[in-house]
Amino acid sequence: MDITVNILLTIATAATPLLIAAIGELVVERSGVLNLGVEGMMIMGAVGGFGAGYLTGSPWIGLLAAIALGALFSLLFAVMTLSLATNQVATGLSLTLLGLGLSGMMGTSFVGQPGQRLPNLDIPGLTSIPVVGRLLFGQDPIFYISIALTAAVMWFLFRTRTGLTLRSIGDSHTSAHALGIQVIRYRYLAVIFGGACAGLAGGHLSLVYTPQWVENMTAGRGWIALALVVFASWRPWRVLAGAYIFGAVWIGQLHAQAFGIPVPSQLLSSLPYLATVVVLVLISRNKRLTMMNTPASLGQPFVPDR
Amino acid sequence: MKKLLIALMTTTAALSLAATAEAQEKLKACWVYTGPIGDFGYSYQHDQGRLQVEKALGDKVETAYLENVSEGPDADRAFERLAREGCKIIFGTSFGFMDPEVKVAKKFPKVMFEHATGYKTADNLGIYNARFYEGRYVLGQIAAKESKAGVAGYIVSFPIPEVVMGINSFMLGAQSINPDFKAKIVWVNSWFDPGKEADAAKALFDQGADIIVQHTDSTAALQVAEERGLQGFGQSSDMIKFAPKAQLTSIVDDWGPYYISRVKAALDGTWKPGNVWLGIKDGAVKLAPFTNMPDDVKAMAEATTKKISDGWNPFTGPIAKQDGTPWLKNGEVADDATLLGMNFYVKGVDDKLPQ
Repeated sequence: MDITVNILLTIATAATPLLIAAIGELVVERSGVLNLGVEGMMIMGAVGGFGAGYLTGSPWIGLLAAIALGALFSLLFAVMTLSLATNQVATGLSLTLLGLGLSGMMGTSFVGQPGQRLPNLDIPGLTSIPVVGRLLFGQDPIFYISIALTAAVMWFLFRTRTGLTLRSIGDSHTSAHALGIQVIRYRYLAVIFGGACAGLAGGHLSLVYTPQWVENMTAGRGWIALALVVFASWRPWRVLAGAYIFGAVWIGQLHAQAFGIPVPSQLLSSLPYLATVVVLVLISRNKRLTMMNTPASLGQPFVPDR
Repeated sequence: MKKLLIALMTTTAALSLAATAEAQEKLKACWVYTGPIGDFGYSYQHDQGRLQVEKALGDKVETAYLENVSEGPDADRAFERLAREGCKIIFGTSFGFMDPEVKVAKKFPKVMFEHATGYKTADNLGIYNARFYEGRYVLGQIAAKESKAGVAGYIVSFPIPEVVMGINSFMLGAQSINPDFKAKIVWVNSWFDPGKEADAAKALFDQGADIIVQHTDSTAALQVAEERGLQGFGQSSDMIKFAPKAQLTSIVDDWGPYYISRVKAALDGTWKPGNVWLGIKDGAVKLAPFTNMPDDVKAMAEATTKKISDGWNPFTGPIAKQDGTPWLKNGEVADDATLLGMNFYVKGVDDKLPQ
């Protein structure tokens, strides 16, 4: 029983950064903007979170710094693509490259230093309940934030008027503009929200997952988050499912290897990617519904001409 | 007018003479790394070696480096650029730089080249490597003494000879203490992904291992050991700061002495392309202080380290291959070529080698 709980906890830790970054990007893409800079914003969050935690001694300040740095970094993207109408793909890619380089430079003095770890939740009486106690009441704070965030984004996008407006901008920015909606302002806010989420995901890496700073420590997680959004056909709950399937298969194959199951490890290592793609393709095989969910003006620059 | 011209000419000549004199005084030594110097692992240690050169030789040398150079065609440009910028001696520190370095060395016959962990040489290209497996034998012995479960978790990157050699040496060491010792092996197919390494460590601990060994580069696995109150070994650097209660020791790559001796040779004009495989006795492979273990285990580890330093090879027979067929006869020592191409497990390894 103990091992099952441990496995579930490990899966949650592996899935959380993917989920947070993907949920943020989902909101950005729903507003019609494609930001390929997730990896860059994430690594900025990681270095900011580690640095602030290390310098102040408080992982909570680290957490705030991670969010702030991710948001600040996305602002750069927003100014370029929204105000100056640059190409979103190229700008996003350069944001990733810039982030990877800049974070390495900022983090030079943090290399080889142990960092601060965010403490796990510990509620007297509840956390010690066998089995479910640790799963429900004993995880790291960012895990709870990630679940709450997913629920909040679902509610916001599909149950509020502002959410509806945001989606309409993503589908047709010209129509939205004609209706008097401030397209650019909405998109600014969406991009900054996405940046804050990516920063938080990076903070999870350097404050919970592996409390340390090393260059390139995101190791491609930003790209996985981006892919999850597409495969989840821009539905928040599917992003949640995707992130957890990815985590579960990844941890599962590690256990299979440790258990001595004679399957080539290269195949096992690629399983999480395969499984996530297959499952998400299956749940989104209804073409009409997928089309409906795809933001129609995704990636197109918008220049108000009237 | 004529006077002025002569005066000008002499000044120019004097100036250019001064410039050459200065150039002769300062030798430019350059490095190419495949990873970021901030990885606190392999590339970091090479860069520490470069800093040692700067410290030891002071203003006689000038150093430069290129980091994050991917292995392949991109490396050609990196080496060529350094050669053109006036580097007199260039160290390529990763296996995949081999062919690019051979190519560029041919173009710049006056520049001295050195390549780590490869096997191709030229008139102006020497090779060097370190016997990390020597340290792994000591780790194996410590693990067998310290583990209560008799099971170690072993996190590995890719099935290349270097890694296989390490697993074998570790197991030989462990079995010399406890013949029934087991290692659970998990391939993460990455040199560097802290998250994945942490996950692998958790999985191994959950399945009953109580000591973690790694052939990947980050400190993540040790941090998991620290959190769980279990033990493990560091890799490439001394990682004691990350796991003050969990780290038993760590294999530390120390390239400094080698780099200093080579750059010195280049300064003196005595540099010749070499082919060296340095081990514990040369100081290139070091073991971080033995910590968190009882005195008798520490004494044993020190004795074994000394034995290896005095010239004993962990791959000394009798050793059988995994399927039980004999490999080395009693007293026979494995030759370097076999070790450098190692693609089989020794007896007692509980894993199927990915091909």
